[in-house]
Amino acid sequence: MQSMTRDDFIWMAGGPQGSGVDSSANIFARACCYGGLHVYGQREYHSNIKGLHSYFHIRVSPEEIGSIASRVDLLCTFDADSVVRHIWEVSQGGGIICDTEVLGKRIMEIPTLSASFREEFQKTLDEKGIKPETVGDLINEVKKNGIKIYPVPYLELLQGLGKEIGEEKLSKLTIMTNTMALGISFGLIKYDKKFVNKAIEKIFEKKAKLISTNIVAFSRAYDYAMKNFGDSGFSLNPVETDEKRIYLQGTQAVALGKIAGGCRFQSYYPITPAGDESEYLEENQVFELEKEGISQAGGSIIVIQTEDEIAAVNMASGAALTGARAATSTSGPGFSLMAEGLGWAGINEVPTVISYYQRGGPSTGLPTRHGQDDLRFALHASHGEFPRIILCSGDLDECFYDAASAFNYAERYQTPVIHLTDKALANSSRSCRIFDRSRVKIERGQLLKEDDVRKKEYKRFQITESGISPRLPLGTPGAIFWNTGDEHNELGHVTENPMMRTVMMEKRMKKLELADKEIPAQERVNFFGDNDAAVTIVSWGSPKGAILEAMDRLRQQGHKINFLQIRMMHPLPTDYVAEVLAKAKKKIAVEGNYSAQMAGIIRERTGMDMDYFVLKWNGRPMTSDEVYDALLLIMQDKAPKRQVLMYGT
Amino acid sequence: MALKMADYRTPLFNDWCPGCGNFGILTAVQMVLVDMQLEPSKVAIFSGIGCHAKMPHWVKAYGIHTMHGRPLPFAIGAKLANPDIEVLAFGGDGDGLGIGAGHFVNTGRRNIDMTYLIHDNGVYGLTKGQASPTLKLGLQTKALPKPNINEGINPIALALASGYTFIARGYAFDVAHLKEMIKRAITHRGLALVVVQQPCPTYNNINTKDWYGGEDRIDPATGKPVPRVYKLEDTGYDGVVRKPEEAFPKTVAALTKAQEWGDRIPMGLFYQNELVSTYQERLSQRIADYLQNPPAKQVISDAQGRSLTSIDRMLDELKVT
Repeated sequence: MQSMTRDDFIWMAGGPQGSGVDSSANIFARACCYGGLHVYGQREYHSNIKGLHSYFHIRVSPEEIGSIASRVDLLCTFDADSVVRHIWEVSQGGGIICDTEVLGKRIMEIPTLSASFREEFQKTLDEKGIKPETVGDLINEVKKNGIKIYPVPYLELLQGLGKEIGEEKLSKLTIMTNTMALGISFGLIKYDKKFVNKAIEKIFEKKAKLISTNIVAFSRAYDYAMKNFGDSGFSLNPVETDEKRIYLQGTQAVALGKIAGGCRFQSYYPITPAGDESEYLEENQVFELEKEGISQAGGSIIVIQTEDEIAAVNMASGAALTGARAATSTSGPGFSLMAEGLGWAGINEVPTVISYYQRGGPSTGLPTRHGQDDLRFALHASHGEFPRIILCSGDLDECFYDAASAFNYAERYQTPVIHLTDKALANSSRSCRIFDRSRVKIERGQLLKEDDVRKKEYKRFQITESGISPRLPLGTPGAIFWNTGDEHNELGHVTENPMMRTVMMEKRMKKLELADKEIPAQERVNFFGDNDAAVTIVSWGSPKGAILEAMDRLRQQGHKINFLQIRMMHPLPTDYVAEVLAKAKKKIAVEGNYSAQMAGIIRERTGMDMDYFVLKWNGRPMTSDEVYDALLLIMQDKAPKRQVLMYGT
Repeated sequence: MALKMADYRTPLFNDWCPGCGNFGILTAVQMVLVDMQLEPSKVAIFSGIGCHAKMPHWVKAYGIHTMHGRPLPFAIGAKLANPDIEVLAFGGDGDGLGIGAGHFVNTGRRNIDMTYLIHDNGVYGLTKGQASPTLKLGLQTKALPKPNINEGINPIALALASGYTFIARGYAFDVAHLKEMIKRAITHRGLALVVVQQPCPTYNNINTKDWYGGEDRIDPATGKPVPRVYKLEDTGYDGVVRKPEEAFPKTVAALTKAQEWGDRIPMGLFYQNELVSTYQERLSQRIADYLQNPPAKQVISDAQGRSLTSIDRMLDELKVT
């Protein structure tokens, strides 16, 4: 697809927050998807509304991809900041698109570059022995390394556009700069205009007036690039595909899984990066049900924005008591507030589902950046002991199916379920095979109806062999029950009786053993690669994509290696994990935190320690390249026990 | 067969202190349930943590004893998921106006059709008598090492500011009147608050039954005590908003009445406005069949456990090939 040796292409849009980086990237990605290509995108942004730097990394390939890589082939910038910040990431033979106006800007006077960034940048310049004053000087330096520069006189182009569409006000035209940048980008890679036009039509479908002007703007810039810039060295060609694909981000995958899985109540308090999920649910809160093969009205979900996360988790539990499938959605700081409510759901055996998108912590930490540092917290949050189930999705497909099955586990074992994802999943957007609702099963566990309890004394917390007491929705006619956050007897009344305490604790905790016994390994782990390999990678969550790609490259080079992805961290499929690890001579933990939390849990359960750790906590997702590099060193016996990945801007 | 008081009682031993105002509240609630002939399984009682919170265990109805300060979120979740349930939430003064004050305020914005009762005795009972958020500045109830350094919250005024559409006050030892207030609160269309003044015989040695009853102030003419509590209804006060333009002046009147304390403490209905849309009505604007088909009543799978929910429309929107 391109003249380089790689079979993928990476485009990046960078600019101030609020300048349209997102919408440009969205059009770019969709246009690629329409041409049958696969796309993996990652959005990075500051905790800021307008002005600070944000960027969108988009990787395109005829093959399915699940991660970003450590380079940019075509950097499309909307300001001087973006040129400076990402300049070292541009690959050999790659290119930079910028406004001619930024060339004269003095680097150290760009106001949005922080003091610490400037210091680091100066160090890099010193190491390279170069002294550029302006952005233009800097660009001339990288030109020497074979990087191509495409300065675009946007102002002139906008004026030309204004004449064609009959708009003279420059202020009305400047918003078209993004579309023109797309025109330049696609012109440079000679991609068929029709796919981009289709993407523009889709993105602006609710603002029909803008479609034609954007198409004109795009086309003029495209032609300008063809005429003025010659060969970029890249060309992006569409491929034929019969596969039905969707393009979406992680929060949408979770939301769709919830709807398909029968969730009918969601409470939330706004927080990054979880908020998008609830907003998407609210946008789509009314949907159809299929009964006897006929689609009909009747499906809906209540989405309620609460005053805080304490209210959010407890409202979800209140709704769950009535038999409705109910959930809340949050990230670290919000989950901290939910801790007490989680315990209430635990002791009252309420099937509350919590979608938990991790971000870098502690405290406010890195509010808009990635992290996998809350595994231990999800496992131990709230005082006391009670069963909980923790699911960890590794990609968007799993986000969808796990979001649905979370409710099955919650209802079967009548206990809270935490669906643990992260910022990299929340804000990655990718093409994937269309989700298959027929694979979504609904298992409600022991759920009683009116007829089951008529004229009997109903004991909500009846002591049973399995630990599961048949559950009755609150409001069922003809029966009643009590709940209390205190220790309670079978009826749900407060007790401090030592015998009852012993028995009731045992009843609750047994459910975790039952879940461990009943849920098959294939729902709890994925195993990839060579069965007989002496090297085993163990990981969880979003690093999955980067690991799979790195592993493929190693296997292509003849290395034998396998990858155990843990999808249910609690209860951990201990025997399975121990069996896999027992065969490995080199056990490698890959995770996005400082203290290798998953490795600690595995050691606690299996007594087995990891030989190598590949860790990252700089707030950015792992790239396939850096994981590959780290694994290669291990394969070559050149690696230290602990490698820390640093890539990211 | 008609339901009687006994049908709403549980056989559990009641461990409130002798003379506790809670007994009056419990009795009033059970009397209302008899009066309204509400089936126990149609009623759900939510409570927080504290002395008040034991209430659901002594009422035969769905009883959900939640966390400190949190009865409202639980109650809201249940009510919205199944709007057919008659939801009564109980909170203490510390529970509802201290740790749960955020829920108190924000619940007012929603006007969900349910009832919230606050047991107000000025002290934290179960933790041995600390000052609650309603205890007035400078008072030193018997467990306090020093006089109260904080001003007391005015729950009636706070409810007005928060948007409650029914605001009343009752007195735990005037059960007949309290019963009427609770009944009106339940029948009110929208969110109703009843603040119940309640002596704590163990820890509040200032606002006692005798104090409320004016046993310290004998009318020389009659030789009888002059009670501090009086009924708004007896003074011709009318807090009911019947036309939109009455909402503002009646809010001001209620706010003025809410300032009375000490020598004269008004009981009764301060404010009622049924012209405000309820949350259920607002939801029905978005989900046309919400009331017939709320979350708790939706069928989500067929007999084989297949999901019935179609996500085709959403997937179509996301489709790229």
